[in-house]
Amino acid sequence: MALFQVSGLKSYAELREQILPARQTHLFDRTNHYNFGTKTQEFAVPLGVDPSGFLGTCSRDGGVSIDLNHGTTTLAFKFRHGVIVAVDSRASAGRYLASNDVNKVIEINPYLLGTMSGSAADCQYWERLLAKECRLYRLRSNHRISVAAASKLLCNMMLGYRGMGLSMGSMICGWDKEGPGLYYVDDRGTRLSGRMFSTGCGSSYAYGVVDSGYREDMAVEEAYELGRRGIAHATHRDAYSGGAVNSEYTLVYIHQPTTPVPRCLRHFSLVQTGVSTIGRVAGTFQD
Amino acid sequence: MLSSNAFVDPGKMKDYHYTGPVEHRFSPYSFNGGTVLAVAGEDFAIVASDTRLSEGYSIHSRDSPKCYKLTDTTVIGCSGFHGDCLTLTKIIDARLKMYKHSNNKTMTSGAIAAMLSTILYGRRFFPYYVYNIIGGLDEHGKGAVYSFDPVGSYQRDTYKAGGSASAMLQPLLDNQIGFKNMEGVQHVPLTQDKAVQLVKDVFISAAERDVYTGDALRVCIITKEGISEQTVPLRKD
Repeated sequence: MALFQVSGLKSYAELREQILPARQTHLFDRTNHYNFGTKTQEFAVPLGVDPSGFLGTCSRDGGVSIDLNHGTTTLAFKFRHGVIVAVDSRASAGRYLASNDVNKVIEINPYLLGTMSGSAADCQYWERLLAKECRLYRLRSNHRISVAAASKLLCNMMLGYRGMGLSMGSMICGWDKEGPGLYYVDDRGTRLSGRMFSTGCGSSYAYGVVDSGYREDMAVEEAYELGRRGIAHATHRDAYSGGAVNSEYTLVYIHQPTTPVPRCLRHFSLVQTGVSTIGRVAGTFQD
Repeated sequence: MLSSNAFVDPGKMKDYHYTGPVEHRFSPYSFNGGTVLAVAGEDFAIVASDTRLSEGYSIHSRDSPKCYKLTDTTVIGCSGFHGDCLTLTKIIDARLKMYKHSNNKTMTSGAIAAMLSTILYGRRFFPYYVYNIIGGLDEHGKGAVYSFDPVGSYQRDTYKAGGSASAMLQPLLDNQIGFKNMEGVQHVPLTQDKAVQLVKDVFISAAERDVYTGDALRVCIITKEGISEQTVPLRKD
């Protein structure tokens, strides 16, 4: 309209273009040397090569071996009184053990947790980005994001880069208006709501143990013990998780706050980080 | 005496002979060797690296240290592909300056670590072939070490070795600084002098057994007084 154009006012769409350019991501083979990727998210991509197979082809000659850190067994289950999350703490890079004390429970915000399995860098980066989006949601709509919505945001981020070689299997756990929430999200865009999930190389062992001991109306201590046993047995048998005998683990319990709480009180307690030992007597387990 | 090998399968070539066409492809990466180590103490941090720059069977330089000073309280050690190390440190310096100009303060070690993680992840699909370790003092004046993988996964440690001899050094540090797998030992906290001596000894051992590590050792000691450097000779063969 004539008056609108004369007044020099910018329409909302134009202003938004300046703050949030329409193309959120740009692909080059190097990052922008003016903004260094600070204004918009930028990813460098090797030209003319399929990104998912690229590292494998470079790792053949000249002594080059680029190994990325991978995280392993994690499990989480919902029961009447909340959500239990149990993770091991090993990170391997190829055959080398990069670290035995990685924290695989990533705090997205004080009442939402994400777990790490698959590529450590992918989980750390995308869950940190999810934390930013959840915070913006809270500021813009004046109520906390639900676990379902947060997991959907992460799932859509993964779908945007599907087929490019990302590797992430994460469980988004939290407590919202609907009660306890647990979603499994992976790098192919799978998003499942469920009662119990386990991810990583040791997941089959963890499923066996937790499925056999699970009851919906467990007491809280029983649930701690079940989570701990799941991880302990998985790390006992899986070479890429924990350790053969001594494995470090982290156990977190997400619960409803019981007393009137200030807005950002943590809804979860870090129950135990410790070392669990499985005793072996003549081939039978005692733990 | 005739070897029966020749009659096994006359058409099949032995393994070490040329067997057919080989595809050679340009690789954007090359491995230049080098080892980096960082240790965090109560009120100090040490970042040490050897100074050998090699490629394949050759040594390009005997005086190419891999520690780069970022701020008065932070030093980064980068090993892997030298080209990517140089570019990465230039980008980090530029981002440090941008932060200083916008926020009128120097970046803390923890902030540099978080920033480096996103810089590295921006090349998730075409990584910088660099193994980084940041050593410095945190906001409370305590020693801090942050170790990274090539695409930006990081965590805070007490000690970490990275680079070509990392698999040899890390178990030794686990035993001497972390007191892992030792029985009946008192867990004494590490003093600065003991830590420097340990770092020197550990590199001498690494130079014995790793071909890409040697020539000289550069040790940077970060305390609240500033950063002091020492150079110690290592095996040159």
